[in-house]
Amino acid sequence: MRANTLGPSSVTPQAISRWAALKDGLGRSWYRFRRNPISLIGGSMVLLVIILAILAPLVTPYPEQAGAFTDFSSVFRPPTQSHWFGTDEVGRDVFTRVIFGYRVSLMMAAVVLGISVPFGIFLGLVAGYFGGWIETVIMRITDVFLSLPALVMALAICAAFSPTIEHAMLAVASIWWTWHCRLVHSLTRSIKTEEFVQASQVIGSSHLRILFKDILPNCASAIIVKITLDAGFVILVGASLSFLGLGVQPPKPGLGTMISYGAQHLPMQWWLTVFPSFAIFFLILGFNLLGDGLRDMLDVEAEGI
Amino acid sequence: MDRYILEIRDLHVHFRVYEGISRVLDGVSLDVREGERVGLAGETGCGKTVTMKTVMGALKVPPAIIPKGEVILDGQDVLKMSAEQLLEIKGTKVSMIFQDPMNALNPVFTVGTQLLDVIRFSNRHSSNGGKLSKKETLNRAITVLGAVRLPDPKRILSSYSLELSGGMRQRVLIAMALVNGPRFLIADEPQTALDVTIGAQILDLLSGLVKTNGISVLLITHNLGVIRETTERVNIMYAGQIVESAPTALLFENPKHPYSRGLLASVPRLTGGKIAEGIRGTVPDYARAPSGCRFHPRCDYVMPICSQKRPPLTMVSPGHYVKCWLYGEEGEVQ
Amino acid sequence: MNDPLLVVEDLVQHFPLRAGLFHQQTGEVKAVEEVSFDIGGDEIFGLVGESGSGKSTIGKTLLRIYKPTKGTIQFKGMDVTKLTGETLHSFRKQAQIVFQDPKSSLNPRRSIRSTLEESLIVHKIGKNGRDRGKIVADLLGMVELSANYMYKYPSMLSGGQRQRVSIARALALKPSFIVLDEPTSALDVSVQAKIIRLLQQLQAERQMAYLFISHDLSLVRTIASRTAVMYLGRIYELAVTEDLFTNPLHPYTKTLLSAVPVISTEERQMKPKNQSHGGEIPSSINPPSGCAFHPRCSLAEEVCAEELPDLAEVIPGHFVRCHIASDALSASTREMHLGASQKRRATKIKRR
Repeated sequence: MRANTLGPSSVTPQAISRWAALKDGLGRSWYRFRRNPISLIGGSMVLLVIILAILAPLVTPYPEQAGAFTDFSSVFRPPTQSHWFGTDEVGRDVFTRVIFGYRVSLMMAAVVLGISVPFGIFLGLVAGYFGGWIETVIMRITDVFLSLPALVMALAICAAFSPTIEHAMLAVASIWWTWHCRLVHSLTRSIKTEEFVQASQVIGSSHLRILFKDILPNCASAIIVKITLDAGFVILVGASLSFLGLGVQPPKPGLGTMISYGAQHLPMQWWLTVFPSFAIFFLILGFNLLGDGLRDMLDVEAEGI
Repeated sequence: MDRYILEIRDLHVHFRVYEGISRVLDGVSLDVREGERVGLAGETGCGKTVTMKTVMGALKVPPAIIPKGEVILDGQDVLKMSAEQLLEIKGTKVSMIFQDPMNALNPVFTVGTQLLDVIRFSNRHSSNGGKLSKKETLNRAITVLGAVRLPDPKRILSSYSLELSGGMRQRVLIAMALVNGPRFLIADEPQTALDVTIGAQILDLLSGLVKTNGISVLLITHNLGVIRETTERVNIMYAGQIVESAPTALLFENPKHPYSRGLLASVPRLTGGKIAEGIRGTVPDYARAPSGCRFHPRCDYVMPICSQKRPPLTMVSPGHYVKCWLYGEEGEVQ
Repeated sequence: MNDPLLVVEDLVQHFPLRAGLFHQQTGEVKAVEEVSFDIGGDEIFGLVGESGSGKSTIGKTLLRIYKPTKGTIQFKGMDVTKLTGETLHSFRKQAQIVFQDPKSSLNPRRSIRSTLEESLIVHKIGKNGRDRGKIVADLLGMVELSANYMYKYPSMLSGGQRQRVSIARALALKPSFIVLDEPTSALDVSVQAKIIRLLQQLQAERQMAYLFISHDLSLVRTIASRTAVMYLGRIYELAVTEDLFTNPLHPYTKTLLSAVPVISTEERQMKPKNQSHGGEIPSSINPPSGCAFHPRCSLAEEVCAEELPDLAEVIPGHFVRCHIASDALSASTREMHLGASQKRRATKIKRR
């Protein structure tokens, strides 16, 4: 029986072209998205940070103070009109460094997820669809990697090579794929028993086609939600690594690094830790709210409301 | 004199949707007398689920809007009840069993836990004191499992739902629905998800309970054969309205409304023969419902007045009511 | 039958049950047990049964969704169970399926066009996108949907419309055989009537054979020319549809028929008496010994629990798997012969 108790949706033969159908679809998606205040708030927060980060040189008052810069006459100034977030131990404007620090955080999220997610998805699809020994091998490897904590891995890699932001990203990516592999594996296992997959098999579609045209699109909403929530997590891990001295190296601006250095000067120069911490909090909260909202919106999509 | 256990009078229910306001129920009137088995037959999208939810007090009113109507359950209007009053009547005055017994029970708890929970829940919310002791609660559970003809009630209580077959699960659900002594049971497609032979057993059980306990049953289904064999009166629902209502045998022998006729003609017969071609057109979009009679775009007997004015309820013979201009004052009487 | 399209012989389908750390096999679901039947080139063959009967499994096995445990399936001379690669690929063009659940048989994330195009792309039909678009529009027309529906998604369609799309998908490769697995069970009765009419029309126009699987006996009566009744993986009765319904021989068939809710008095009068005393359908993992229906059967005798009866042709064209029914019939044919020979002796005496 149909889940939709309001009768079939108004399917009048007015959507005569692909574009009209697309517009209608987007209109409905936007309607659902904007009805959910959580996703709107989260989305706005994330969008704000992204815009600030992209336009960093234009929106910050002292873009030249972001990295290697010293002005010992303005050291440890508390928040004022000219320096909204105050200045740090070498006289740099904290607000500017926070915004530039956002760049690093977002880039880290993008790179780590950009590498680990496709890799994890692919392994998950293969493991879930083919089963048998392929599944066993892939999932047991996944289990091994899952048991390695991100920070320990980062420590190991950074110790083996050198403690740079690139190595930190590599470390996190090398473990992050496991979560997506697990997610997609379990989704694939249940989706492959659906009748539309059997229908494709009866038609004679190749395994690859079935994986990418039938199964993957049905994992998409879960993956999107997870990526959104992951972004916050990855940024947090990256900041933690920087805090430990394994990520962003001074004088480059990094939120975790800033907190690390600022911690030494608590509680007198509180602005050195409070603002970067709040910046991280703001961004991660934004991603989390966006992810929750997206999940609500995408769950309902398949019901056709 | 017949006492009414349920009287729905001119119920209207609307919803806010992407396209505007969806007027799902457009004046539903229905009644069930004590000890009666009444059928509500209608196809997907006709509004039977919304109607049921309203009767049970389970319709969330902010998304839904109820501009008009009364739902009088055993003398009280459900629509005017507070949340506490609704909790009191659920399970004690009116109870419901659903279509899918496979998923209605929680697989992580035993059947006994769930059944005892139902008894205790009603106990907590009853206004007329009388707390049941543990022993009394357990006895009640065993008694009701026996009433639904489940062998070895004690074993059933300690079983998990996955250990039981579909038929047994449905019996457990009927037991849960009846354990707090409601006089009125709403059964939503109780046999649809079950095998033919098992479904027949369940319907037999319900009829037996009506006979011995005097409860009333509102049987909601799109299976007309089930309606014919299990109910005394039937209401045919289309697009948020009851279009025809009559004693079952009478309606099946002599359907008056064109929709009822089309429906009955579409049912395949055990005796074989061609089935009719269905009813042309589709269920309307309630946000842009047809004017006048909601069935008129699909009707083979349509007249000009049908698209202009809504047909009145006409009595064509004692107890047999139709909403159709073919029988109304201003139309020709056939 | 002269040259049937499909001949199934002793088909067995067991599914292993696995548990434990290393997925050891703990048992088997005996879904289909030594089933044999054949279907003619333009026949609609009905397969009825309740859950656990194996009817759905047979449909899917015929199309190699599952590989059969044992037995053969001859389709136009080729053994389907042994096909691989190219030959399997070309078999796919000839045999298709329509599933029961309109919700899960179409990929909710693919547009109708994408779903219908899949067959065309996989079998390289149509030169380019535009070509395929035209073919898809034609297919939609065949199932009485306007071309507008191409860019819609399944969630925007009603159950009946989705089933029409499923039918269009099945027709895309111009098969000669379609398995219809409860194609209208999830639909309202008025929508069902339209879909059935469409299926009958298409079958007549294109000379196809259908395997029509259903639990709705009234529906099978109206559409199928021959019908088989399945219970727990075996065929227990098989006959020309009219014979099966007017003269059911197996107690299970009679039980099934007695349980069908009907709307008219003439149907009620033709319903046989219930031949079972309640009870549940047993599990396919641990089926009863001998005749699987014996625990529920009112007529069961000792032999029923001990020996599985053969599917015997007790009346020409009418097969039944039942000790009681076969004995009763052979007894009555003996009486007939006896009666006839007695008559002859009587006339001989008279003449003398």
